[in-house]
Amino acid sequence: MSDNLINIQNLTFGYGKELLHKGINMEFQRGKVSAIMGGSGSGKTTILKLIGGQIKPKSGSVSIDGQVVHDQNLSGIYKLRRKMGMLFQHGALFTDLSVYENVAFPMREHTDLPENIIKDLVLMKLNAVGLRGAYKLMPTELSGGMARRVALARAIALDPDIIMYDEPFAGLDPISMAVICDLIRTLNDALGATSIIVTHDVAETFSFADYIYFVADGIVAAEGSPKQLMASKLPFVKQFIHSEKDGPVPFHVAAPSYNSDLAL
Amino acid sequence: MKSLTNFFEKIGYSVTRRIQRLGTAARLFFLILISSGESFKRFHLTMKEIYFTGVMSLVIIIVSAFFVGMVLGLQGYYTLQKYGSSEAIGVLVALALVRELGPVVTALLFAGRAGTAITAEIGLMKATEQLSAMEMMAVNPVGRIIAPRFWAGVIAMPILASIFSMVGILGGYVVAVIVIGVDEGAFWSQMQANVDFRYDIVNGVIKSLVFGVACTTIALFEGFDAPPTAEGVSRATTRTVVTSSLVILGLDFVLTSFMLGG
Repeated sequence: MSDNLINIQNLTFGYGKELLHKGINMEFQRGKVSAIMGGSGSGKTTILKLIGGQIKPKSGSVSIDGQVVHDQNLSGIYKLRRKMGMLFQHGALFTDLSVYENVAFPMREHTDLPENIIKDLVLMKLNAVGLRGAYKLMPTELSGGMARRVALARAIALDPDIIMYDEPFAGLDPISMAVICDLIRTLNDALGATSIIVTHDVAETFSFADYIYFVADGIVAAEGSPKQLMASKLPFVKQFIHSEKDGPVPFHVAAPSYNSDLAL
Repeated sequence: MKSLTNFFEKIGYSVTRRIQRLGTAARLFFLILISSGESFKRFHLTMKEIYFTGVMSLVIIIVSAFFVGMVLGLQGYYTLQKYGSSEAIGVLVALALVRELGPVVTALLFAGRAGTAITAEIGLMKATEQLSAMEMMAVNPVGRIIAPRFWAGVIAMPILASIFSMVGILGGYVVAVIVIGVDEGAFWSQMQANVDFRYDIVNGVIKSLVFGVACTTIALFEGFDAPPTAEGVSRATTRTVVTSSLVILGLDFVLTSFMLGG
């Protein structure tokens, strides 16, 4: 059995003629927490969609456990997705269902478990994210951090092999952020899963990720452990880690000369 | 020359975009039919939607039907009186409601009440990534979310149209018999003698079934196709009412032509 659960090779993808990814290579090791970092619009979330089979690459391949995702038919993709759990940026909880029903949803859809077992499992998952006491609440009654935790409980409902997180820290207060960081690491290790986090929050990600990819200009601009990247001399990595406003990623969007725009 | 080219380019774009949308709607319709097994296997999902689209529309249907029936009774009486056949008011009210007003007005009200709710709900589910989340959980959103709503609309529409016709007749009865004083026996007996089950009632039900399919498909498609923004959902909701209303009135003419011709 290979060490890598997910392999991305020479991946190119784009909308229309513009290429967003121009030959991406990534490997995600079993049992590890890997992060994909990069500026807004660099195509980080698109990589998750490509892994989940929601979109197809123009060329190259994404394979999970040796199976090429985009070669599968719909039932094959659904079979692969049953091994995955995904946490969306804002939770994407079903607003017409309670917290309990949201977590029970994948169990009801994919198993024939009796109601008493489902109840126990839902309460266990909610307990893991610290929200057992909130099982009766509706999504509208939850704070952003709580909604994210319920979505996490739902994502791990069927004990997936792969857990994907799309911007899990966006818009959270420091306490909720610390809670989510801790949960990502703890759940990954407890479930023996492989986690992929798409984020641009440097401090949090560097504190718990095992391996980090930096995506810029459609390619992997840098990769390595947090320690290696901290010591990196690459201008892009330095600009990103130290939040410098100007550098390889310019402050100004490409535009005609300032004088000509102001008719000076 | 350039502005002329731009003009034709815009027309061409608009036409191809509409054809493309029509194709997407047809594709969604067939996907709904293919994925409908789940709606019947787990009928509670469809029942829940029948409650939201049907039962929750009852108040507007009943109140509107009562007023429409009363107006029909009043207008009909004063017109028929001129020809000395005011006893035929029962037939006039019943035929107008069962053949035309019941299915058409119900469908128009349904598009405004339930159709917009369906579009907004599906559009917001898309905007808040709920449909993507479902897909990532290996659950087909067309089978789980769209198909139960479609069948709920198709089942609810004829029931609502029948209720509309019944309440409308009651409204006509109140005005014609109780307020104006038309003979009660003549009101009911002429209605019974002249309203045909096959040609009037069944045709009315067929119309409302077709309107149910059209209205619900339009509402679902607009929601599913809405850009995932507040503006996108709001435009889609408006389009649901406008398109549904035009389609209902157009279909009504076509169906009536076939029914009268047959």
